Amino acid sequence: MTGEQCSLFESGHRACGGCAAALAARTILDAAGRDTIVVSATGCMEVFSTPYPETAWNVPWIHSLFENNSAVASGISAALKKQGRKEKVIAIGGDGASFDIGMLCLSGAFERGHDFVYICYDNEAYMNTGIQRSGATPYDASTTTSPAGKCSTGNPRPKKDLPAILAAHGAPYVATATVAYLPDLKKKIRKALDTEGPCYVQVHAPCCTGWGFESEKTIAIARLAVETGLFVSYEMENGQVTRVKKVVRKPVEEYLKEQRRFRHLFRPQRNDAEIAKIQAIADRNAEKFAIDIVLKK
Amino acid sequence: MMEIMEGSHAVANAVRMCRPQVIAAYPITPQTHIVEALAEMVADCRLDAEYITVESEFSALSACLGASAAGSRVYSATTSQGLALMFEVCFNTAGLRLPVVMSIVNRALGAPLSIWNDQQDSIALRDSGWLQFYAEDNQEATDLHYVAYRVAEDRRVLLPAFVCFDGYILSHTYEPVEMLTEEQVDRYLPKYRPVHRLDSADPISIGLFASPDYYTEFRYQIDQAVKGSMQVIREAGRQFGEMFGRDYASPVEEYRMDDADCAIVAMGSICGTAKDAIDEMRKEGRKAGLLRIRTFRPFPAEEVRKALSGVSSVAVLDKNISLGSKGAVALEVRDALYGSGVPVLDYIIALGGRDVAKKDIKSVVDMAAAGKGDLFYGLREEVLR
Ligand SMILES: Cc1ncc(C[n+]2csc(CCOP(=O)(O)OP(=O)(O)O)c2C)c(N)n1
Ligand code: SF4
Ligand SMILES: [Mg+2]
Repeated sequence: MTGEQCSLFESGHRACGGCAAALAARTILDAAGRDTIVVSATGCMEVFSTPYPETAWNVPWIHSLFENNSAVASGISAALKKQGRKEKVIAIGGDGASFDIGMLCLSGAFERGHDFVYICYDNEAYMNTGIQRSGATPYDASTTTSPAGKCSTGNPRPKKDLPAILAAHGAPYVATATVAYLPDLKKKIRKALDTEGPCYVQVHAPCCTGWGFESEKTIAIARLAVETGLFVSYEMENGQVTRVKKVVRKPVEEYLKEQRRFRHLFRPQRNDAEIAKIQAIADRNAEKFAIDIVLKK
Repeated sequence: MMEIMEGSHAVANAVRMCRPQVIAAYPITPQTHIVEALAEMVADCRLDAEYITVESEFSALSACLGASAAGSRVYSATTSQGLALMFEVCFNTAGLRLPVVMSIVNRALGAPLSIWNDQQDSIALRDSGWLQFYAEDNQEATDLHYVAYRVAEDRRVLLPAFVCFDGYILSHTYEPVEMLTEEQVDRYLPKYRPVHRLDSADPISIGLFASPDYYTEFRYQIDQAVKGSMQVIREAGRQFGEMFGRDYASPVEEYRMDDADCAIVAMGSICGTAKDAIDEMRKEGRKAGLLRIRTFRPFPAEEVRKALSGVSSVAVLDKNISLGSKGAVALEVRDALYGSGVPVLDYIIALGGRDVAKKDIKSVVDMAAAGKGDLFYGLREEVLR
């Protein structure tokens, strides 16, 4: 690299243009610094960053399997403790690795209280295998295994509440963040690293390829998710919500209509009933987390 | 010093002296006494290790994998269903060239559920890249742990290893065992110095994804390492013999094979019974011998060929079955003897804890002499009706 400052997450990897996961990876390492060991799960980020013999990681990095990154991190954390080493351990997984197949290992590692940070970059489906639904896929999103059709409006279930599940394990720090606000994401990762014990950060990471939007719109889409209340950015300390990003809410439609995965709600004809159901999800989020900024008349 | 000890406790003691820094294991019968004993040692500060009480065997081996990659000596133990749950991690550990040592207290695999002994569990992982040692008695079960660490961590090898011994028959049986002292073990097994490790002072990436341009060469190198480990096993086994009097240089043991007519081939504790049966047969003037396979991976084809080339029949006792084919040991032995004309007959025996007595060994030899084999030995016809 000439002229530019070298990032701990190198450019030249194979992510799609506009990939939020790649942006998340760089931001995570910017926040964490050199003394960090990263454990990746199988998925887009792992594949696009390490096609042998190349690697984008300028910190020690290991990938073992799809569903065991928290168990591998447990072992690393124990080994560092025994060796008297001070490096931080970060496990990174997609939503499939975290919400679904790796849940057993994740739960075990959090219950045991290892000192590590788990970061889920949430692109709301199994992207690496071709956009199949996961436990993090939102209601009505059309994926290759939850396709919209004559008798389907897409994914039939709402998103699993993984942050709450991990907070219920007694995690001292749980946060959600988004690539829409990188300084906030960085701050949360720092805080997670500085907190002793198992901490969780879930990063909303729009995927242009899987969601169906132009690659230059990644940040705009990520913002809309926050502004519509479909994604809430918050922090939980010792089980209590301590900080929430407030917004002047926009209707969910503004977010939905920008993405191919929700196109069936608008074409060939508008499905008001389903759009109303998604609006209700945003309304519930808004109430639960008190995100609404009430404008004074 | 000779001590009468339960097999599991002897093994746990040997493991303690190998000084693993990280232990991760999940309880399963008949492995439990080992991991309980180790937990007690850690609780009493007799063993300075991080003991991770994982929520599953899948995480047990994954945690060991991580700790090993971070540069620590690690240990786990499992059997049967637990090993099956580790399947994916087993292949991965070997592929990443991490010298994890794991005790396999051999047990049958369900269904039907069985907690009793055979060797189906470790045999099912024969293609995974782990070295596999099989012990005949508790002395060997303990000694092979020292040897396994020596070999696995050798720079020429860098592969994980199973030390297999039969559940209950060995694990829960009290036998005299000569335990080494800590000083002796320290002299034999040097401190672990990893060749590579996750370290921010020298960042490396481990576990990349390989395109078709690279995958084959990776697998080739792993295969070369497994095969090449035979030389290291010989060295480590010979040195063990020189230092402590019990020699493990050879991957096989020949028992009364010099002038044997019919050779039995087997692994593990069944060999003790076979030796007694052979002694009796010899008294009756029948020339039977035993070739015991101690190292199943890498497979000692050369030694097997040498030992069996002169015999008129070979009877393999397989405590496993590759369903739809043969027992795994017989397949290997046949392959080793290919072209020699020596007939190899397979006997699937002692599955799911069925007892084998000297008379059974004798009748196998009778059947082999009559050319009758490739069958499940001792089927109870009344159950099949
Ligand atoms: C045990 C196992 N099952 C299935 C797969 C196939 N697989 C690889 S990545 C992946 C999806 C990953 O999804 P996610 O964790 O959300 O990451 P993303 O690719 O979306 O970034 C799947 C299903 C696998 N590698 N291992
Ligand atoms: S498919 Fe999505 S998550 Fe995967 S690299 Fe492309 S944009 Fe990123
Ligand atoms: Mg995903």
